[in-house]
Parts: sequence; C-alpha cells; structure tokens
Amino acid sequence: MSTPNDAPSATEKPAFERHGLSDAQLVAMLRTMLTHRTLESRGFQLNRQGKIPFASAGEGHEGVQAGAAMAFERGKDIFIPYYRDLGLSLGIGLTPYEVLLSLFARADDHSSGRQFPHHYASRRLGLQTISSVIAAQLPHAVGTAYALRYRKELGRTVLVTFGDGATSESEWHESLNFAAVHALPIVFLCENNEWAISTPLSKQTAQPDLYKRAAGYGMPGTVVDGMDPIACYAAVKAALDRAREGGGPTFVEAKCYRFLAHTTDDDDRTYRSREEVERRRKSDPVPCFEARLIEQGILTAEDVVALKRSVLEEANVATDRAEAMPYPRPDDLFGNVYADGWQPWR
Amino acid sequence: MAKTDTTTSAFERHGLTDEQLRQILRNMLLQRQLDNRGFQLNRQGKVPFALGSEGHEALQAGAAMAFERGKDLLAPYYRDLGLALGIGLSPYEILLSIFARQADHNGGRQFPNHYSSKAAGLLSFSSILAAHLPHAVGAAFSLKYRGQLGRAVLATCGDGTTSEGEWHESMNFAAIHKLPFVMLVENNEWAISTPLSKQMAQPEIWKRAEGYGMPGRRFNGFDPIDTFAAVKEALDRARSGGGPTLVEGTCYRYLAHSTDDNDMTYRTREEVLEHRKLDPLPRFESVLLENGVMTQAEIDALRNDVLRETNEATDAAEAMPYPDPSELHTHVYEGAWQPWQ
Amino acid sequence: MAVSSTTSTVMNNVEAVRATLYEAMKNDDRTVIIGEDVGPRGNVFLITKDFISEFGAERVIDTPIAEASIVGIAVGMAMEGLRPIAEIQFADFIYPAFNQIVGEAAKTRYRSNGEYTCPLVIRTPYGGGVRGALSHSVCIEALFYHVPGLKIVAPSFPADVKGLLNTSIDDPDPVLFLEHKKTYRLIKGEVPDGHYTIPIGKANVLKAGTQLTVVSYGLYVHWALEAAQQLESEGLSVEVIDLRSIRPMDKTTILASVEKTRKLLIVHEDNKFGGIGAEISAMVAEEALFHLDAPIRRLCAPDVPAMGYALPLEEEYMSSPAEMAEAMREMVKF
Repeated sequence: MSTPNDAPSATEKPAFERHGLSDAQLVAMLRTMLTHRTLESRGFQLNRQGKIPFASAGEGHEGVQAGAAMAFERGKDIFIPYYRDLGLSLGIGLTPYEVLLSLFARADDHSSGRQFPHHYASRRLGLQTISSVIAAQLPHAVGTAYALRYRKELGRTVLVTFGDGATSESEWHESLNFAAVHALPIVFLCENNEWAISTPLSKQTAQPDLYKRAAGYGMPGTVVDGMDPIACYAAVKAALDRAREGGGPTFVEAKCYRFLAHTTDDDDRTYRSREEVERRRKSDPVPCFEARLIEQGILTAEDVVALKRSVLEEANVATDRAEAMPYPRPDDLFGNVYADGWQPWR
Repeated sequence: MAKTDTTTSAFERHGLTDEQLRQILRNMLLQRQLDNRGFQLNRQGKVPFALGSEGHEALQAGAAMAFERGKDLLAPYYRDLGLALGIGLSPYEILLSIFARQADHNGGRQFPNHYSSKAAGLLSFSSILAAHLPHAVGAAFSLKYRGQLGRAVLATCGDGTTSEGEWHESMNFAAIHKLPFVMLVENNEWAISTPLSKQMAQPEIWKRAEGYGMPGRRFNGFDPIDTFAAVKEALDRARSGGGPTLVEGTCYRYLAHSTDDNDMTYRTREEVLEHRKLDPLPRFESVLLENGVMTQAEIDALRNDVLRETNEATDAAEAMPYPDPSELHTHVYEGAWQPWQ
Repeated sequence: MAVSSTTSTVMNNVEAVRATLYEAMKNDDRTVIIGEDVGPRGNVFLITKDFISEFGAERVIDTPIAEASIVGIAVGMAMEGLRPIAEIQFADFIYPAFNQIVGEAAKTRYRSNGEYTCPLVIRTPYGGGVRGALSHSVCIEALFYHVPGLKIVAPSFPADVKGLLNTSIDDPDPVLFLEHKKTYRLIKGEVPDGHYTIPIGKANVLKAGTQLTVVSYGLYVHWALEAAQQLESEGLSVEVIDLRSIRPMDKTTILASVEKTRKLLIVHEDNKFGGIGAEISAMVAEEALFHLDAPIRRLCAPDVPAMGYALPLEEEYMSSPAEMAEAMREMVKF
C-alpha cells in the first residue's frame, strides 16, 4: 500500500496481496469490470447500429473504478463522478437497466432523458448529478463534504473523480485548496489515463506525476497502479478511512490508460498511433485480473466463461427492456425549471 | 562623498555596484513617499481613493533592479507602485493616475495604481486578481514564438491571488511550454482581511513549483539584495530559454488594504508593530551606512530630493485637466462605438 | 406582503441586509455564509460585522480568493441540504463564477429532473456612482437574466430588501440577489419588524400617474421618483414602477400601467444594448402595441465598457434626475 507521497514499490510480486478482500468481493469486482466493459461496448454497438446518437468510452478504467467502488460505503458515502465513471457507478449500485435508460434517453431515466448518456444521478445511491463541464463538479464535492462535516455526520465521506485533463482546470485548483484549508472528509481520485481527448499528458502538464501537486496544497498525495483493481481498492480505502477519521483530504492518482477514443464522435487514429495503443493493451485490466483470479484458484476458466455469459445476458435483458420504454413527451420539457413553474414573465 | 565602487564591503551584494544600491534605496524611498502622498491626498479630500504598499519596498526595488528595461515585460498587480517606478515610470505618471487626469496613461479611466505603459513594457491590467496572469503567459508565449531570446515576462501577485484558478492555469501552461516567465509572489500574509492560514494549508507557496514541473525558491522580501539575486536568477533562466520559475518573497503589509479598509477590525496593533521591526526601509539605510555605501548626510539629501520630486509631481499632476465627458465614447472599438449600425 | 408586526424601524439598505441575514442565521442552522472577508472583517461594507463571533467560523466562512469555487462550493452545500448564502465581494468579480451560476446552479434541478436541487443565494453589490471605475461599478443583471433556472432580484428600498432577501433565502432555487452599493447608506426607510416575505416576480408601483409609465430599479428608481415628483410640480402625472424582481419579471403590473398611461419609458443604469429594457420593450410591443401612443423609450448607459474613475467620465456615463426628468417631459408631451 502506498504511503503519502511515495511512488509504489515494484517489489512484491510473488505473494498475492488481497488487502483483506474475500473471494466473493474479488469476484464481485471482476463482475463490475466485465459489466463495465460490456455496457460500454453495448453503447458503441447501439451507436454504430444507428439506435443512439452517442456513447462515451472508458475501456482501460475498469480496474480503478471497480477497486474504488469496493472501498466506497453504500448508504454513507457520496460519490461525485465524471462522465467516464460507468464502472464506479455500477460498483456502488447503479444497475445496467439504469445505464441503458440513460443511453436510450428514455423518460424513466434519472434525468428523464435530459442529460447526455453516462450522466447518471441517484440520490438513493449517493450518486450526485453532474454536467459535462470538466472540473465543475469539484467545488460541489467540496461543498458536499463541508455539509457532511458541518452536520457532524462522522464516518461519511465524499469521493470525487476526474481525469488527468481536469487537473489543469481552475476549479480543480480552488477545490483542492479549500478542502485542505478546512481538512474536509473528501478523497480526490484522479483516473490518469494519459489522454484528454487528443491532448497527451505531455501537453497537459509539465509534471506527469500529478500526485506530486498534493504537497503544494498541504494534503497527502498517493499514486497507485490504476490497472490493478486490488491496489486501487487499497489506496482509495486508505484515503477514505483517513477522511472518515477526520484526517482530512487525500489526492490519489491512479495511472491507467484509455484504450478507445474519447467517445463515439472521436477518432483517435488522428492523434495517436496504433502501436502505442496495442503496446498498452498488454496491461488491459480485465484480462489481467481474470488471469490473476484463475491463477490464484479463486475462479476457474469455466467460471469466468459463465460469469461473462451472465453479464452479457444481464446486458441484453437491460437493453431490451430499456429500448422498449417510451421517450419523454414534448411537454416534459417544462418540468423542474423552478420549483414553482417555468415562466419568466409572471 | 560616498566611497567609490571599488571599496569592498563585507556584505553580500550579488554584484550590485554602489550606484545600483543607491538607486535601490531611492526607489524604496520614492515608493514610500508616493504611497503616503496618496493617503494624504485622500485625507485632504482631494482624491477618493488610495492603495498602500508599505512593506513591499525592498521586494519591489530589488525585483526592479533585475528587470531589463527595453527588453523585459512587467505584468504587475495593483500594489506594485515600487516596481512600476523601478522599471521607469515617473512620479508624475503615478500622480496623474491618482488624480485621474486625462494625461494619465489610461485617460483617468482606471482606479489609481492601475498603471500601463507600452514604452516601459508594463502590461495593462484590471482590479481582478489573477486575471492578468494568463495575459502574462500569453505575452511570454509571443516572445518565445518570435524567437526573442534575452527577453522575459515578470509577473507579480500577492499570496491571496495564488488561490485563484487562473493562477493555476497560468503556471501550468507556462511550464508545459517552457516559457520565459517568472511568477513573483509578494507574500505579505494578508489578502484584505484573510490571513495566510485561511488562504492555504501549505504556507510556503514556492513549494507548489514542483507540482507544475518548474523550479521554485523563496527569498527574504525585506532584503532588496536577496530579492535581486533571486529574481535575477529566475529572469536569467527565463531569458536564456530555461523556462519559468516560481519565486516567493516574504514581506508584510503594514497598512490596511486601502483607504476604504480598517485593518484593526481583523488584526491587532501588536502584530503590526511586531512586523514593523522588519521595516525594510530603515533596515536598508542601516546596511548602506554600515557598509560605507552612503553617509547619513547623503541619505538625508536623498530623502529631501525624493520629497521634492514628489511635491513637484503632485503639483504638476494636480494642475492637469480631467478628461472631457466626450472621452467616454473613445476606444470602445477601433471603429465606431455604437452597437446598432 | 404578509407582515406579522405593526411596528417598524428606520434603517438603510446595508442595515436591512445585515438584519435579515442575522435573523436567517439565528433561525436556521442550515444557513451558512461563504465569501471573502466576511469573517472578522465583517464584509467590506460591514454587513456581517460580528457575525463570526456569534455564529462561529464554521458558519461564517472566509474563503481563499477563488470566485468560481465560492459559488461552486456553495452549490455543493446546497445540493447536500445546507442553505448557503454565497457572497461575491463586488459584482465585477463574478465572472470566474459564471459557469457555476449559469451552467451548474441554474441547471441542477432541471438536469436531475428534480432529484437534486440548488437552494442557493448569491449576494453581490453592483452598480456605480461611488467612483468605483471599471471593476467596482458594473451592472451584471443583463448577463444573467437570460438564464432559465436562475432567479434575480434587485430591491431598492430597505423594506423590500428584507422581504425579498427572506424570500430568496427560502426559495428552493438559486437566486442572484443584487444590492446596489450606492444605495447601501444613501437610502433609508421604514422596515416592518418581525419576519415577512415579499414574493419574487412582483413589481411595486411607487407613485401613481396617468400620463407616462416609468419602469426602473436599483439606484435609478430613486432618481426616477425624484424626477417624477419634479414633474408633478409642473402638472405632469408620471407613474413610477419599481421592478424589484428581474427574473421572473412582473408583466401584470407593467401592462396594467401601460394600458392606463399609453406611454412607456424604461430607465436603467446598465448599458442600453441588450439590457433589461430590451426584454420589457419586446414584451410590451408584443402584448400591448395598440395601447401605445408613443414609441417605447429606454434611457440607459451608453454602450461603452464602463464608467471611468475620473468624475467627468462617471457623470457622463450615468443618468441624473434632471436627465430623467427631461426624458419624461418629452414623452408626456409627445
């Protein structure tokens, strides 16, 4: 487990460090990762079939998101995502059906079809509503953490996520600073996948080890292998525990990689080589974690096949069910502008 | 008569000649005199507003000495009276700004202390904290883009401004593009009524440099020579293509934020008096006296000269006319001002 | 307005804001104030003087200099059940927070279909006449009133300040509460004691008249009233309406007045092009064209970036009661 401001040591290889996770939990993480990948692919398929206009891609993030979700305490913590957090959202309880409702923009979607796909929200799960504007959610997360602490709701924390690109934003800076000044119960998790649409890390910052910024704010910063779900679980758990015990905020940087383009509207061949992507595929968290669990005797190869089939069935059922649901009606446009009507002239 | 420049002194002068040291003292004295003049004029009911910079004299004089006139650009904030003087603005220009006369660089449009001067390389700025920093970075980009080695942008701000999003975005961009840019933070411990402890959890601002991938250092802002050394090192690095630096000078704000502020509502007289012991002005006078750079008579003469210059500038500026009301519509666009055409 | 008391106190606008905030802090501990220099400094106009010693630093929060996050953090607090009152020290400093106000606060309820809401008040002093130059004088309402999901109020009298601030604090949606800084100490009035509210979206007829309707708000409504009273002494009858609420805006009162007087003059301190007057003019032209005996007229600031620091520039930019009176005379006699 990383200590504050240390790079991870690459020494422990032979022993399988599971950080207290049971077999069931490990399998649950794999299931989350598989569901994440399946639903993302489903989005792309539906787009290519002309059934939906848009989907975004998070392939490569499955490990960090499943790991972080496992550390999150349902019913207590609050999660403020960004638009690439499909896996984390699933991991804290969002269902494939809710995801597909979002993709299809149906009336029963949480936003009633108003939001872009992947902009889920669920009060019940502690999943806060977001826009597409990068880093705009960071100050909200800080304010939410302030509210928890203000009401003396000990043990509750806020987990907020964002990509490497977000760390360049004004609001990222202002949020970390305020959280540190007030020692708030919040964890800032950066899913550094090295690409902000077409901007590589080298054009985004002159400091590729983003966690090194934490010290400048007076908060601990840790770094973790974002392709390793167990390591991510441990790092996020340590940070959330620190927050729970009143130890203030932590900045966790998980180094992962974005295998696909930004969204269905992006063509990454225009800005990076196939060689680079293929080379990085060797660290694909999904097959790597599958292999690890098989190697450790937690699952057999047949179990994995069955798991995948189950995940696919679940995705299919969710797809069919969501697709059959109606769109919002035209006059649904006017609801929830204000609590008391929409008209500007009274 | 002062000892010649060949006299060796025991103190570290970082290559500064006696003449340069005298110039630094002059700048500090002039800054304090003009600063006070603004407050006096406000108390006399002659001007509605003045901003104080007492406590910053050494930092600004030392930094100005490292600035290369005709080459470097300055992107200051509204407390940089001494820096503006140090890079070549005259007391007359300062007073024109305080009196809001037509002949002022901004035609009396801006608040006092919001200088601009293309000739001196002083970028126009607003009262909005940190808004000038992306501009400074853009200017630095232009210098690099046109292959103009030997030129750099010196940008300044207070401790409070480092909390602004635009500070962060500017630092990041400057580092990525290895721009000829120096971020000089004048940490005077107060942002109006906000003490450093409420502004940030890590009080050593220079330590943020590593997070951006640029070098950073701290210096004693009460010591103009220490300041000069630090700022010169950073500017030299920038001018030679070595990229940006974050330099933090510690000083103190002795007065309230402005004539509209009452600092006794948020800090104690004792704290201010305690910091007065570090007042850079008497301190530097002592250094020059002790090291034979100037005699007491010379210092007194200098003070009188500074007062005389201030008085002359005050009278000259006060006698100038206000802008004519018809000036309101000029310089909205290059062409006509009307939105309906 | 529903008032629970028959006694009243004379106070100015600063005192009205302060007294109202004080009661809100006392009565609801979900209320927190967040902004720059609001703690020991008590706000640069002394509105929150001594609040921090009474309510504590956890409820009266001095922020770093970071406007986007002053509003953004307040949005997060509001989403999570607190009732934050965010302050932007001068309206001129609000621009970095533009996204948080327009893209986030205004859209929270809408984008989550009511699951998340944003009961937030953003207070800020605006307007000129105080030698504030380019960065301490602007009017910002035109930039924001365009935005669905946001409410904007701009009261001009102490009694309205209290009633509307109470309503804004109670409102489950984000409200931009504009306080004209020149009226802070200049305008005094009777303020009913006890708690009361004034509905957002309701204008106030300050002076009844028959020959011209004048619509205004902010500092200028006081000068418009002064000008109208001058005209009264000349035998000309002008009706003056104080908008009080910019979004939503009171159509009923405006139309009823225009149908009576058949002439409309809009007076506002903000620039003319795209100002509030433009929307009022369009609405009246759409709905009451045949009730008009003269073109609608707007008396506003010239379309230049700001009033300058030098006095002649400030005076040229702003409209005086005499200028307003002249415009009124011309319209009455049209």
